[in-house]
Amino acid sequence: MGAKTLIIDGQTVSAENHVTILQAATDNGITIPTLCHLDGVYDVGACRLCLVEVKGSTKLFSACTTRVYEGMEVTTQSERLKKYRRMTIELLFAERNHVCAVCVANGHCELQALATSLGMDHVRYDYCFPKWGMDLTHPFLGMDDNRCILCTRCVRACWHIEGAGTKNVAGRGSKSHIISDLNEPWGDSETCTSCAKCLLSCPTGALFHKGDTVGESERDRSKLGYIVNAREKQQWIV
Amino acid sequence: MSKRIVIDPVTRIEGHAKISVFVDDAGNVSGAEFHVVEFRGFEKFCEGRPYSEMPGITPRICGICPVSHLLASAKAGDAIMAVSIPPAADKLRRLMNLGQIVQSHALSFFHLSAPDFLLGWDSPPAARNVFGLIKSNADLARAGIRLRQFGQEIIEVLGGKKIHPAWAVPGGVRSALTPEGRAKIRAWLPEAYATTRVALDLFKKVLTTHERETQLYGNFPTLFMGLIAADGGWEHHGGKLRFTDSSGSIIADHIDPKDYRSVIGEAVQENSYLKSPYYKPLGNPEGIYRVGPLARLNICSHMGVPQADAELKLFKTLGHGAVTSSFLFHYARLIEILAAIEFIERACDDPELSSDELRANAGINSLHGVGASEAPRGTLFHDYTVDRDGMLKKVNLIVATGQNNLAMNQTVAQIARHFVKGDAITEPMLNRIEHGIRCYDPCLSCSTHAAGRMALHVKLIGPGGEILNEVFRD
Repeated sequence: MGAKTLIIDGQTVSAENHVTILQAATDNGITIPTLCHLDGVYDVGACRLCLVEVKGSTKLFSACTTRVYEGMEVTTQSERLKKYRRMTIELLFAERNHVCAVCVANGHCELQALATSLGMDHVRYDYCFPKWGMDLTHPFLGMDDNRCILCTRCVRACWHIEGAGTKNVAGRGSKSHIISDLNEPWGDSETCTSCAKCLLSCPTGALFHKGDTVGESERDRSKLGYIVNAREKQQWIV
Repeated sequence: MSKRIVIDPVTRIEGHAKISVFVDDAGNVSGAEFHVVEFRGFEKFCEGRPYSEMPGITPRICGICPVSHLLASAKAGDAIMAVSIPPAADKLRRLMNLGQIVQSHALSFFHLSAPDFLLGWDSPPAARNVFGLIKSNADLARAGIRLRQFGQEIIEVLGGKKIHPAWAVPGGVRSALTPEGRAKIRAWLPEAYATTRVALDLFKKVLTTHERETQLYGNFPTLFMGLIAADGGWEHHGGKLRFTDSSGSIIADHIDPKDYRSVIGEAVQENSYLKSPYYKPLGNPEGIYRVGPLARLNICSHMGVPQADAELKLFKTLGHGAVTSSFLFHYARLIEILAAIEFIERACDDPELSSDELRANAGINSLHGVGASEAPRGTLFHDYTVDRDGMLKKVNLIVATGQNNLAMNQTVAQIARHFVKGDAITEPMLNRIEHGIRCYDPCLSCSTHAAGRMALHVKLIGPGGEILNEVFRD
């Protein structure tokens, strides 16, 4: 019932009951870096970039999945958080094969933009150079596992906005990867509606329009939030 | 007992290579080899990628001639889509290639080769470079650097950046020439003409004092190959393949570049990552041919622009049938710069370059596509095989420098025969051998990286592996 009052970075803010720290911060003009969060789909706390400190606990909390409470004191920027965020982003780069210079999403990539804003000038970990392939079997969409960060935004958009349930996660640990249906070639999928919402949701160049060349994959992700808002609130606000 | 002289690495070329000169018992040179000692692997690691990414990936082969790979790759993509690209896109690609020819040739002439014949073959190596040129003739050096900048600016005006522009794509290009870009290019023209004229006059003077070099630096009969326009004129982006022999006779003509395999075979040389293409009907080594500016001028009847045509007439008087001295690659390069500037001037007056019809769209209509373009150093082929989804199954790149490989070996041997005597390794001898390679302006970045400090290490090795003589140069 009612609003909660909490402190974020020394600023007293009020937030609706049940909202997350991320929502409360965003509503009050405080920016927390995110990668797996996407307006319009539920949060899963997968990327760990929105980690924040909460007074009274030594644990770190993901801002996108932690709900506010009365009197909560949150710190979104500290040396410790900066260190962990930079480490997280470096590990994402080390885990797969991200080659920005020749990527379709170069200049329009959330991973790249975050790396820049977090001051990543090099990666301190050994690159894994895994051998991932591509799925180009769909008539006009492509999937490159090399560029996937497993944020699962495409899976959530596919299941909960389009409702098709084509995209899924298979495998465990570093072998986890995005599949279509029960690991069919995407072009053979019986459930895919070719709506391309997965493409809109992807933060990197992992999902792309076939034929796109370097830096051509520019997407308007707000369309997903627009669809959800229209469906749930009957408000068609551009 | 035979001996071997190794020059490693060769300096002032684009890339990393070494030269071996073999000396027989009598102290005479029995042969020579030019080795490319690093491996890039583009043909292999591009497998599994979509063909549409290739114009983004392959320009990374080289920072000097990225446009050549960009254009050949886009053309191979056109062939896979089986489309005719919009006329404006073809004209724009040509304009970028002209910019590339100017910048690359200016680099070769002013930065890499001119220090030898302007500062003197026997001048100290520490000063025999572009910095030495700046010291001795600052105006010329500055003009040469700016001429290269002119070419680079054309690439930037069209593609957004000077190096590795992701601008040409399968089906066309991504943007047109803007009015601002057009004005910018036009403003450069008077200076570009003036610098090229100065360089041409200078080189003609060099020719009068360098008869020996003209005679000795790669002067031997070979075939010549390049793209040629339908009317037999100079071509740099479209057209068909033509082979001529050293008497100037056409031995093969109107060959579609997609059928290059019917005329070009590829030999593998031991101790080198550079392949050695040869003219298939004659076999290896009789099928030795040269590509690049010298070949393009030898195979064509005219340039198609007045100032360069006048120079071409003079050039043709330097040979009987064909001009066979590789030292005259330098002259051919300057004539091509002049022609390129004249064609660039024409392009500036062409309203079609501002067209918004720039890109054809299509799916996979052919599982095989070949793109050919004249890189500054010679004909470049990109040959892609894809599956039904457009994923690359096989990639074959035939780069210009490789096609000159057999001729470079012969050039090194020819020069060495005149300057290597016994065990003595002299600085002028080393430099002359290296210059024989520089005539071809080899771009080994297309198969190698320039790595580390370009020092020079020469060893004269006896039959038992003992070092008879050794020279280091920083």
